Amino acid sequence: MKKQVTLSKEFLKGVWDNNPVLKQLLGLCPTLAVTVSAINGLAMGLAATFVLVMASLLISTIRKIIPPQVRIASFIVIIATFVTIVDLVMKAKFPDLSKALGPFIPLIVVNCVILGRQEAFASKNNPGRAFLDAIGMGAGFTIALLVLGGIREIIGSRTFFGLQIMPDQFEPWLIMILPAGAFLTLGLLLGAVNVYADRKKRLEHESLVAHYKRVGREELIEELEVK
Amino acid sequence: METLAQTETKQKVYFDLTTSPHLHSGWSTSKVMWFVNLALAPSIAAALVFFGLYQILIILTAVIFAVGTEALIQFIRKKEITWFDGSAALTGLLLALTLPPNFSLSATAIGSIVAIGLGKQIFGGIGYNIFNPALVGRAFLQAAFPVQITTWTKPNFAVDSVSSATPLAAFKFDKFITDTSSLALGNVGGSLGETSALAVLIGGIFLIVVGIVNWRIPVSMIIGMFFFSGIFWLINPQQYPSPVFQIFAGSFLFGAMFMATDWVTSPITNKGMWIFGLGISLVLVVIRIFGGLPEGVMYSILIMNAFVPMINRFTRPRTFGALKEEKK
Repeated sequence: MKKQVTLSKEFLKGVWDNNPVLKQLLGLCPTLAVTVSAINGLAMGLAATFVLVMASLLISTIRKIIPPQVRIASFIVIIATFVTIVDLVMKAKFPDLSKALGPFIPLIVVNCVILGRQEAFASKNNPGRAFLDAIGMGAGFTIALLVLGGIREIIGSRTFFGLQIMPDQFEPWLIMILPAGAFLTLGLLLGAVNVYADRKKRLEHESLVAHYKRVGREELIEELEVK
Repeated sequence: METLAQTETKQKVYFDLTTSPHLHSGWSTSKVMWFVNLALAPSIAAALVFFGLYQILIILTAVIFAVGTEALIQFIRKKEITWFDGSAALTGLLLALTLPPNFSLSATAIGSIVAIGLGKQIFGGIGYNIFNPALVGRAFLQAAFPVQITTWTKPNFAVDSVSSATPLAAFKFDKFITDTSSLALGNVGGSLGETSALAVLIGGIFLIVVGIVNWRIPVSMIIGMFFFSGIFWLINPQQYPSPVFQIFAGSFLFGAMFMATDWVTSPITNKGMWIFGLGISLVLVVIRIFGGLPEGVMYSILIMNAFVPMINRFTRPRTFGALKEEKK
């Protein structure tokens, strides 16, 4: 019997616990390449989310009729269909953004976040759960890209979503909008996330130990240490 | 006379068991660091003479922020705070001496914070960094503020013919060769500590004599520079500058004496040091002659820093008493 996961957890795991960029380190190519500004990060995140949600829905609907031997090829074809839709819509409606993101929109086809979710989740779960999972993962991806793009835009070009928010005296750090800045920012962001996660884990552990002591079940503490 | 067993019954005997080496050279980290700081004194003096007293503010800013960042990070990470060992001060000082004259103080502070934070403490502190921290800071500033960091000021005693560009830039873009005596003395445009070859050599030779700097790295760099740039010079003396110019211009000597010889980021074997030094000069000649930038000492040292673990592995000396491996 499969472990039952609540629906809200199915959604929230992608936002934080299993955040595709910050925890799983998937889809780093667009993450590093397009996040020179907040708007680019947001657009990239939303485009990937749309593809992820639609592909997850479709694939989990037809998961039983896809032959396992050719499942990866089938996933790619389905993903590519939705990527083409996104690409054409962006070219028609947001030509500037489409130019800024360049080849990275067509490259969503091979984004490992999307293919990974199809392989790991959508092909094994019902459409409802697949939809929640895709929305959560997409939201996590978008948030990470937005934060990364925001930081780089504020320091690298003094603006946020095109609005100047840093004073004129502030000399923009060009390195932040160069590729090196993407690596530095992502590395520091990952470090910060890990520090926060470690701290949370330690605090939880300590409160659990204190709880066991209070109710007088010291033998459980030892079990905890073993784990 | 008591036997050992009797002594043991009386009191618990502790034997201090450690593996070799058992000899201590007498050099502590802080002593080494302060000696290197002292060796930079001629360069600082030259910088103040040629570029004015304002430069002392750049140096102080860099040192204070470097030491402060080190102490802050060690405090946050609950490590022993070692700001008096001089290593952070040395990083700040080295960084300041690679900056152009009249560089903005806020950018200097950013460079110092990056040098210590990203170049040193993030790897685990002193002894763990892969790249020379001062050069990491300099590289960050070069990428972050490319305009300011290549804005050179004229030295104080410049004759009219000397432009404010660095000798290497003057050669690269205008084919103008600065005469060697100005280069040796330091009366040319350039970063604070690099212009005066004489001051750098005084400090460097002092470090070699007291045994802090291994002579193999600077010597192999100079030999390599002579050889590699000599090849190009012999091919076409009009287009490529002479080896002597290449050695005295820019920050080559400063890098050779103070940057490449950093204990942490240079190879530990003698053979490795030769490879390291020759490699730096090869990369440098390629950057100076074929690259878009006039100067590349910083990048060539950083690139070779990345090779140091590999050099150490391949130049590992035979263990005493071990048999030679048979060749297949």
